[in-house]
Amino acid sequence: MLKPSTLLALDDVSISYHTRAGAVPAVTGVSLAIDEGEAVGLVGESGCGKSTLAMAILGHLGGRGAVVGGEIRFAGRALAGMSPDEIRRMRGRGIGIVYQEAMAALNPSMRIGAQLTETLIVHRGTSRDAARKAAIATLAEVKLPDPERVMDAYPHQLSGGQQQRVVIAMALLPEPRLLLLDEPTTALDVTVEAGIIDLLNGLRRSRGTAMLFISHNLGLVGQLCERVAVMYSGELVETGSVADMFATPRHPYTMGLFSCIPRPDLPRREQHLTPIRGQVSPPNARPPGCIFAPRCDWFQAGRCDAVRVPLEAVDLASDARVRCLRWREIAPEPRPAWEALATGAAEQTILAVSRLDKTYQLRSGGAVVRANQQLSFDVPRGRTLAVVGESGCGKSTFANVLMGLTSATAGEIRFETTDLAKLPLDRRPALLLRDLQMVFQNPDETLNPCYSVGRQIGRAVRKLGVERDRAGVQARVRALLGLTRLPAAFASRRPRQLSGGQKQRVGIARAFAGTPKLVVADEPVSALDVSVQAAITELLRDIQRNQDTTLVIISHDLGFVRYIADRVVVMYLGQVMEAGSAEEVFAPPYHPYTEALLSAAPVAGLARNRRIVLSGELPSAMAPPSGCPFQTRCPRKLGAICETERPPEQLLAGGHRILCHIPPDELGRVPPVYAPEETLAVD
Amino acid sequence: MSAAGAEIAAEVLPPPSRGLRFGWIRRIGHSKVATIGLLIILFWAVVAVTAPWISPFPPNLPIRPMASAGVRAPNGAVFWLGTDHLGRDILSRIIWGSRTVLVYAPLATACSFVIGITAGLLAGFKRGWIDEALSRITDLVLAFPALVLYIIIISKFGASGINIVLAVTLASSPAIMRLTRGLVLALRTRAFVAAAQLRGEPAWRVMVVEILPNASGPLIVDACLRLGYVVITIGTLGFLGLGLPPPDPDWGGMINDTRKFALVFPHMVLFPCLAVCSLVLGFNLLADGLRELVTED
Amino acid sequence: MARQVLRRLALMLATMLAASLLLFLLFELLPGNVALSELGPYSTQEQRDLWLVANGYDRPVVIRYLLWLGHFVIGDWGNSRLFMAPVAQIVGVRFENTAVLGFWFFALLVPLSLGLGTLAGMRQGSWLDRAISVLCIVTTSIPPFASTVLISAIFVFSLHWLPGTSSMMDGFSYRQLIMPVMALVLYDFGYIARITRASMAEVMATQYVRAAVLRGLPQRRVVLRHALRNALIAPFTLLMLHVNWLISGVIVVEYFFAFKGFGSLILEASLGKDLYLLEACTMITVFMAAVTQTIADLGYVALNPRMRRA
Repeated sequence: MLKPSTLLALDDVSISYHTRAGAVPAVTGVSLAIDEGEAVGLVGESGCGKSTLAMAILGHLGGRGAVVGGEIRFAGRALAGMSPDEIRRMRGRGIGIVYQEAMAALNPSMRIGAQLTETLIVHRGTSRDAARKAAIATLAEVKLPDPERVMDAYPHQLSGGQQQRVVIAMALLPEPRLLLLDEPTTALDVTVEAGIIDLLNGLRRSRGTAMLFISHNLGLVGQLCERVAVMYSGELVETGSVADMFATPRHPYTMGLFSCIPRPDLPRREQHLTPIRGQVSPPNARPPGCIFAPRCDWFQAGRCDAVRVPLEAVDLASDARVRCLRWREIAPEPRPAWEALATGAAEQTILAVSRLDKTYQLRSGGAVVRANQQLSFDVPRGRTLAVVGESGCGKSTFANVLMGLTSATAGEIRFETTDLAKLPLDRRPALLLRDLQMVFQNPDETLNPCYSVGRQIGRAVRKLGVERDRAGVQARVRALLGLTRLPAAFASRRPRQLSGGQKQRVGIARAFAGTPKLVVADEPVSALDVSVQAAITELLRDIQRNQDTTLVIISHDLGFVRYIADRVVVMYLGQVMEAGSAEEVFAPPYHPYTEALLSAAPVAGLARNRRIVLSGELPSAMAPPSGCPFQTRCPRKLGAICETERPPEQLLAGGHRILCHIPPDELGRVPPVYAPEETLAVD
Repeated sequence: MSAAGAEIAAEVLPPPSRGLRFGWIRRIGHSKVATIGLLIILFWAVVAVTAPWISPFPPNLPIRPMASAGVRAPNGAVFWLGTDHLGRDILSRIIWGSRTVLVYAPLATACSFVIGITAGLLAGFKRGWIDEALSRITDLVLAFPALVLYIIIISKFGASGINIVLAVTLASSPAIMRLTRGLVLALRTRAFVAAAQLRGEPAWRVMVVEILPNASGPLIVDACLRLGYVVITIGTLGFLGLGLPPPDPDWGGMINDTRKFALVFPHMVLFPCLAVCSLVLGFNLLADGLRELVTED
Repeated sequence: MARQVLRRLALMLATMLAASLLLFLLFELLPGNVALSELGPYSTQEQRDLWLVANGYDRPVVIRYLLWLGHFVIGDWGNSRLFMAPVAQIVGVRFENTAVLGFWFFALLVPLSLGLGTLAGMRQGSWLDRAISVLCIVTTSIPPFASTVLISAIFVFSLHWLPGTSSMMDGFSYRQLIMPVMALVLYDFGYIARITRASMAEVMATQYVRAAVLRGLPQRRVVLRHALRNALIAPFTLLMLHVNWLISGVIVVEYFFAFKGFGSLILEASLGKDLYLLEACTMITVFMAAVTQTIADLGYVALNPRMRRA
């Protein structure tokens, strides 16, 4: 058997940044090889050094960073020995890069065509006409409709998914042998993400380009790569084949990454969610011995903190390696799952939304955006409702109307006995304010950077009328910090001294300052690192159950929703496509959109029967399609009726509702997306 | 309960500290540029405060015309910087002149900022017709070149300290309003503003307590630049003969009065010029240093 | 795009109308002022009253404003008391002189400031950057009234290279133009250069410039094709708005060098209380400010594809 030649080899590479405080090691002793045509995944959370590594491979660390040890070889040549001109030629021609944010990577004032062709003209000396032809061909290859039009467009005239396809085309044009993909789908919606992953898989088959896929998401890596390397705090902690590592993760961090992500295919009672405690140590405060020791459940004092742990080969047969002294001794223990909530007749509605409309009038011209149309659903007291949908589906608009940050155009939101739909914040009585609170998405924006944590929670306590005197407020602040499992000393901290997860905890403490009856959480974990997400998810869940609060969760993350929600509302283009209990929505009969969403969920270890990749673009909310809003992309479209008539709302057993023309029994015959035993393929 | 409580306390974290809101003020010393600027400004502030004690002669007393620097006065004291065409000691006039500029420039700047920030907060936070109206007024005022505006106001209402302050306020507050409005527009969509509204804070409190402190960095940098600019304006008005009525010393006026003699007695114009330039340089350096400290924050 | 242009033009007209109303209210609301200005302080009350009636100042305010505006639009700006000649004629001559001054000012300022700013911004933190920054901050700290004095001291009094006044009594002379242009540019280039530097540094740090570098494009191409165009949007807008600033600077410089231009005319009109002349001068400055502001706005949209709407 002929072994394919090694294209890229990293040998014991260490990278440091020079700062005022001295040299900061960002990457230490990383060895990794990529063969021709191979796809390798590099997994890790933010700040673990994966992007630094990518920049080092391209010889672009900037003035402050430098490779301080080891060697990087591309196609047999060491980077350190290349002249600046050779490095320049290697970029683009040898190695192409695709960024996380496509919009930022494209020059806003140049047409796409000019940006695409210049790479070819510079690297291959192609003539202008030939370059244009090649660019159009490549745009077609990345499956962009109407490449001629795209060539003449400016970046902002394309959607996020289209921009990312353009960036991929741009990287592919000079026919590089290796593609660096740095979180290429992170900013995209799941259905768009599924399309990009599909495209990359297709390109690997057709072109045989090697890929280094950098991601924080093991699920995506599993869909694209053969081999995977897990990085933690600047070191590789485990490498191996995808099949092997997904079946038996050996390093505690890898195990943690698998078990801290809730899965959409399992009901809550079968989920074993294990948060990884703490956070990544900063590069200049790494512990001696094992770098994962402070967060590890299997830490042994005197052993794990004694010496640097080497990357050890697991057996002679495979190339699996793990950086753990105890990998033979440990195995993940399943955590007790949550007991199911007693469901029953005692369900009492706290929030009833009926025929809610919210229309925005754009100032220039008469363009109208119908952000919410005819929303109707109920929220039972003490339960969790999740509103699910991709960006632009109107879920955040609904949250804003509910909270009074904007007023509804028509319809009703009845909270207990009050209609909130047209009751703006300044007309809401104090008690109502106390009953309705909110947890926000972005931990960096949720707290005012100017004031201490204690002052901000204290202000909420005082303003919501829970406590008035100084001592009372302080006691309440301490209690709330305890509730969110933060030490009381955090009261004197400023937001900038907190990590993302801690800020989010403070945000939760503030929301629960006045023991609210209903809390809206708008994507409460989506901006956090995966290892922190689980802890915040559990915290929210615990507080909600202990305080008997009703939660309304706005989210696009189906695993999170499956884990936390009792009831689910699926929205698309401002309308409710499907609503029901979590069990009902996550099992057939599905609305075709729900089905597509579920099949696109990028979670590791999902046993999925099929992947549905939606075609076309999300229609503009200003010009929604006629008939069914989903008809332009629906894989199960019946025909003319979907284009002309608004689908009926089909009521199924148990309050489950689906907005579709397809009869419910036919939808019921659709096989489930996630049943491991069946291997049916649709379309 | 998860085991989260204990481990969070054990995490490696930066030590708690207080007074970080204006942390960059403490770090002025870290910026050489800002320190030099601040020292120049402090120097002039001390000169202005101690003018009656440190000035060797009364500023308006004619003693010996056209004396060069270093010449002795009849009473034996030295004209360190010489005298002007009327025989008044230039050093004493510069010292007393610092009072004019260091009273009116900060006063005018403060007035501009009070009005500009108020209007900017209202326009940026309330939006709607208030924003529209304030923005149109701003456009209108900005359509007049600043100096033309001063000339019209002062020729219409007369030259006096108060009128200078009014004119500067009218001419500068629109730009401050625009700056504030831009900052507020970027801040008003932050979640902590929504959180304040959700707990029922009144609009003024959201604007002043939640938003304004977060906009303070760029505003303070702008204030320093504007102080320098107002010093120039006051000097320019004096230079054009539109400043404070004589005989009280005012740097711009001193240059204008004596520039006819610059050919023979360059010291008469040189030293007041240096005084103005150094003070403006002080404000510009401070602004430049602060800009870096603020963006670092 | 057409909609945006129309909207901007309408806004420009509205601004000019509002400014004219403001001026009218300030100067002509009380007819007594007009008569005083036209007949001088030694006229009697009776003379002034007669003059007012003869010139239609007994009509209602609204009619007077409309007539005033109408006269203004057709170029009938009244007579200057100071110069004993039609205002339009005097303004025309003076304006031409200042236009020449302004042309050379911009001809020098634009390459100097954009060039220095771009150089500094391209290599942030280098000694060249620091040297340019120091130069800029020092020159912007020397106000025009001081720089005129200082450069005169050097080039006129010490070196005797250039004339100290620019009155151009014996016809137009480029030699006499050098000092005023130098004084204006000296104070101003630093400001524009610093804005250009900041803008360039910002663009050089963007992802798309980094992406261009990582595509293996040569440095020259990255700077010229990708960075420069985006970096110059902000300074362009600023330069346009600078016409407004130029008028302020021009007043000082023309006054100092006795240059017979538009700036010194404004000052003379105001000091001489020549009402019609002052009104005309002010309206012209407002007109220019409004037009250049409109050009700046539209230019910003044209340079920024993101701002364009169908």
